[in-house]
Amino acid sequence: MSAILAVCEQRGGALRKVSHEVVTGARRLADALAGNVEALVLGSGAVAGSDQLGKFGADTVVTLTNVAFAAYAPEGFAQAIADRVRAGAYAAVLFPASATGKDLAPRVAARLGTGLAADVTDLAVEGGAIVAVRPIYAGKALLKVKLTGAPAVISLRPNVFTAVERPKAGAAQTVASSVAAGRVVVKEIKAAPAGALDVGEAPIVISGGRGLKEPANFKLLEDLAKAFGGRAAVGASRAVVDAGWRAHADQVGQTGKTVSPTLYIAVGISGAIQHLAGMRTSKVIVAINKDKDAPIFKVADYGIVGDLFEIVPALTDAVKKIHG
Amino acid sequence: MKIAVCIKRVPDSETRVKIAADGKSLDEAGVKFILNPYDEFAVEEALRRKDAAGAGEVVVIALGGAAAQETMRTALAMGADRGVLLQTDAVPADGFETATALAAELKDKGWDLILCGKVAIDDSSHQVGPMLAELLGLPCVTAVAKLTINGATGVAEREIEGGVEVVEFPIPAVITADKGLNEPRYPALKGIMAAKKKPLEVRPITLGAGVIQILALTPPPERKEGRIVGEGAAAVPELVRALREEAKVL
Amino acid sequence: MPPKYQGVDFYNVDGLLSEEERAVRDTVRGWVDDHLMPIIGDAYVAGKFPRQLIPGMAELGLFGANLPEEYGCAGLNNVAYGLIMQELERGDSGVRSFASVQGALVMYPIYAFGSDDQKMKWLPPMAGGTVIGCFGLTEPDYGSNPAGMITVAKETKDGWTLNGAKMWITNGSTAQVAIIWAKIGAKDDQNSIRGFLVPTDTKGFSAKDQKGKLSLRASDTSELVLQDVHLPKDALLPKSAGLKSPLMCLTQARYGISWGAVGAAMACYDEAVSYAKNLIMFGKPIGGFQLQQARLAEMLTEITKAQLLCLQLGRLKDAGTMTPQQVSLAKRNNVSMATDIAREARRLLGANGILAEYQAMRHLANLESVYTYEGTHDVHTLVLGQEITGLSAFE
Repeated sequence: MSAILAVCEQRGGALRKVSHEVVTGARRLADALAGNVEALVLGSGAVAGSDQLGKFGADTVVTLTNVAFAAYAPEGFAQAIADRVRAGAYAAVLFPASATGKDLAPRVAARLGTGLAADVTDLAVEGGAIVAVRPIYAGKALLKVKLTGAPAVISLRPNVFTAVERPKAGAAQTVASSVAAGRVVVKEIKAAPAGALDVGEAPIVISGGRGLKEPANFKLLEDLAKAFGGRAAVGASRAVVDAGWRAHADQVGQTGKTVSPTLYIAVGISGAIQHLAGMRTSKVIVAINKDKDAPIFKVADYGIVGDLFEIVPALTDAVKKIHG
Repeated sequence: MKIAVCIKRVPDSETRVKIAADGKSLDEAGVKFILNPYDEFAVEEALRRKDAAGAGEVVVIALGGAAAQETMRTALAMGADRGVLLQTDAVPADGFETATALAAELKDKGWDLILCGKVAIDDSSHQVGPMLAELLGLPCVTAVAKLTINGATGVAEREIEGGVEVVEFPIPAVITADKGLNEPRYPALKGIMAAKKKPLEVRPITLGAGVIQILALTPPPERKEGRIVGEGAAAVPELVRALREEAKVL
Repeated sequence: MPPKYQGVDFYNVDGLLSEEERAVRDTVRGWVDDHLMPIIGDAYVAGKFPRQLIPGMAELGLFGANLPEEYGCAGLNNVAYGLIMQELERGDSGVRSFASVQGALVMYPIYAFGSDDQKMKWLPPMAGGTVIGCFGLTEPDYGSNPAGMITVAKETKDGWTLNGAKMWITNGSTAQVAIIWAKIGAKDDQNSIRGFLVPTDTKGFSAKDQKGKLSLRASDTSELVLQDVHLPKDALLPKSAGLKSPLMCLTQARYGISWGAVGAAMACYDEAVSYAKNLIMFGKPIGGFQLQQARLAEMLTEITKAQLLCLQLGRLKDAGTMTPQQVSLAKRNNVSMATDIAREARRLLGANGILAEYQAMRHLANLESVYTYEGTHDVHTLVLGQEITGLSAFE
C-alpha cells in the first residue's frame, strides 16, 4: 500500500493553515493510489492544531520533536525529513510551496537524489503514475508532467488545493529526532504589523495601483479590507511598490507574489501583463477603473467604470452592511 | 573574493507564448531571450562584493545551448571576469539534473560564495540553487533580499508570509537572490566591448533524463468573459448583488 | 501602463547586427525605458532638459561613443553609435540632441582638429559627463548659409579676441565649453573659418536660453554672445581649416540623426499599433478598420526602408567610404518620413493624441526642429541635386 507523506508547516508552535491544503492534496493522491496519508509535523514539542489534521484526511500524524525544531532549521528539517522518507516506503512527499516550503522541498529532494515538481496547481494519478500540472512562463502556459521518481517530491501552490474535510483516523505519534540543527540558523522573524494578512494567503485581496494617486489614499483600500472582517489583505501593483508607496511583500505580479484568492479586487490598476500573471487564477476578479479600455477589464468577471474615490467608499459601506 | 554565479538564458517575460508543434515546448520563433532577471541580482551582488574586497574573481556559469553565450556575454559586459558554458541542447525538465551538472563543475574550486537567482522566470521551479548547495555540501539561504557578510559568517534577510526571516550562516555558502537585494547595473558600452575579450569556455555535456517527464504544454484555461456592471458609485449595489448571488463569494 | 517596448523589426534587421551591436542597442533601450520614459512627458511640458540624467548617460558611455578608448570613450563602431542615437530619440529628440551635440559636435571636433593637449584635457571629462559642451556655428542671419558667418576672431599679441553672436545653440546655457567657429580673415573668406575652444566662464561670453519654443522643449536652446572675448593662443583648434571643418562635424551629427529619426518613428508606430489594437469603437478595435490599417502599413513600410538605409550607411562609415551626400540622403529621407509617421500616429490616437501622456504629438513637434536643423530638408535636396547633376542650385 502506498504511503503519501504530507509535510506540514508550523510557526511559533502552531500549524499554519496551508498544512490543511497539503494534507488535502495528499489525500487526493492516496485515494487514487489506495494508500495512506501520513502528516508530518516538526517542532520542539507538541504543535497546536496537529490534532485537526485527521479531519483533512491524515491517517496518521507524526510529530518529529527536537529542541532545534522550535523555529525553521533548514538543514535539520531537511535531514530529518529525508531520514524519515528513506526509512519508509513513500510513493510521494508533499510540501506547501510557501516561502519555507520553497526553501525546504528542494533540499529534501536533493538529499533523496531526486527531482522536485514545484508549485503545482493540480495533482492526479493517470495510468498508475503521478501526474502534476505547473504554471510556467509567468502563468502563460501550463506544463503537465509525469513524475517517475520514487518517491515523487512535490510542492503545492498555496490557496489552490482548497482544504477539504474527509475525516480519517489521524492517529497521533510522536518521534524524537536527534538530528543537528545545521549550519543555517533562523535568528528571528521580524513580523509585519500585527493583524496584517499575507496577500499570498488571504481569501480576499484588494490591490491598488497608480490610480490611487498618492500613498495616503491606500487608506480607502484598508477600510474596505477591514469591512470584510479580517479576511482581506491589501495588495499593490509593481508601479506603486517601485514608487515606494507600499512594501514589496504586498506586490502582486510577476516580480512579486502570485496569488489565488477567492475574490480579487483591482482598484486603479490598468492590468499590465506582469500584474495579470500574479492574479489571473483568482476565483472571482473585480476591476474598478476610470478607463473603460484598461486591459484589466478583459480578465475581470465584474467591472465598474468610474471614479474609485466614489466607488470604493460606497462598496465599503455595502460590504459593512452585509458583514454587519 | 572568489565568486561563482549560476545564470540562465530565458525568454523575455513579455513573450507571447506560442506552443510548438510537438505540444510540449515553446515555439521560439520571434522570442526574445534575456538574462534571467533574478540572475541579474546575483551577478550584481557578486560584482559589488568582489569590488568591495578589492580583489578576486567573478565567474559565471550557465547550462544551455550555444545561444547562451550571448547571454553570458551580458554578464561579462556587466563586469564578470570569465564564463563557462556547459553546452547541451537538451535541457531536462528536472532541475535536479541541472543542479547535478552545475555541482560537478563547481566542486572543489574554493568558492567563497556561489550566487544564483532565486527562480528562473521560464520554469518557475525555485530549486536549482538549494539543490546545488546540498550536492556541494554547502550551507544555503534562499530568496535573499538583504545580505551582510562579516568574514566567516553572513546574515541574510528573506521575505516570508507576514514578515522577514533573519538567518545566520557560515561562509562559504550558496545564496539565491531575490528582488531588492540590489539594483543591477546596465552593461556599460565599454563593458560590452570588453566582454568580447574575456575568456568564455564552452564545454559540451550530457545530462540524465531525470524523473520529471513533460507530457504536455497547454495554454491556461480562458477565463469566462466578464462584464461591466455599471458606472460610478451607482453600480455598487449591482456589483454586490452579482458577487452574492452569481459568484457567491460574498 | 503600456506593455514594454519591443522595438520594430519587420525584416529581421537584428539578424544583420553583430552581437555587440544588439547588446549596445538593448542596454540603451533598457536605460531609456527605466530612466527617460517615466519623466520625459513632464519634462517636455515643463520645458526643462532633464539634467539629472547626465551622470547615468555618462556612466553608460553614451557620449562620444564612437571615439577611441584612450580618451575614456567606448570605442564603438558607427552602427552601434547609430543604434544609440536611435534608442535615445525613441525617447525624445531633445535628449538625443544633447548627446549628438556632446559627442558629434564637440568631442568630435576636439578629436579631429585638436592638439594632443586639448584632446587629453577635454575629452575624458566630456565622456564622463562632468564637462558639457556646445557647438557655435549658426548665427541669427546665417543658418543655412554658414559660410556667411560674421563672428570674427582677431589675432592679438598673446592670443585671440572673438566678437559675434550665435543662435539656436543646443546646450548653450549649460555648457562649460563652447566650440565657436569664427573667421580669422576677411568677412567673405570662408577658408578663414577656424574653431576655438571657449570656456563659457570667459569674460565677455554670455548664453541666454531662447524662450517660447513649441518644439525640443526638453532641451536647452540658447543664444550666445561673444563680446571682446579674449582667449589664449592655445584656444585655437590647430587642425581646423575653413568651412569644411564644421561641415565635417555636421556630417557626423547628421549621421546620428538619420538613425535617431528612425527611433522616433518606431516609438510613434509602436504606440499607434498598441492603441489601434485596444481602442474599441463601433464594436471592434479601431485597428480593424481599413483607414487605420492603411496608416499602419505605410508606417511600417517607411520604418523598414529607413532601418535598412541606416544600416548600410553605418557599414559604409565603418568601411571609411561614406560620403556627406550619402548622409544627406538618409537624413532627408528618414526625418521626413518620421515627421509623417508622427503626424499620422497622432491622428490615429484621436483626442488622446494631443495629450503629453502619449508620445506622438511630442515627437511630431520635436521632429519639426529635426527637419529644420542640421541642414534643412530643402538644403539636403539641393545637396543631392548637385551630386546627381554636377550643377549647384543653391544660388
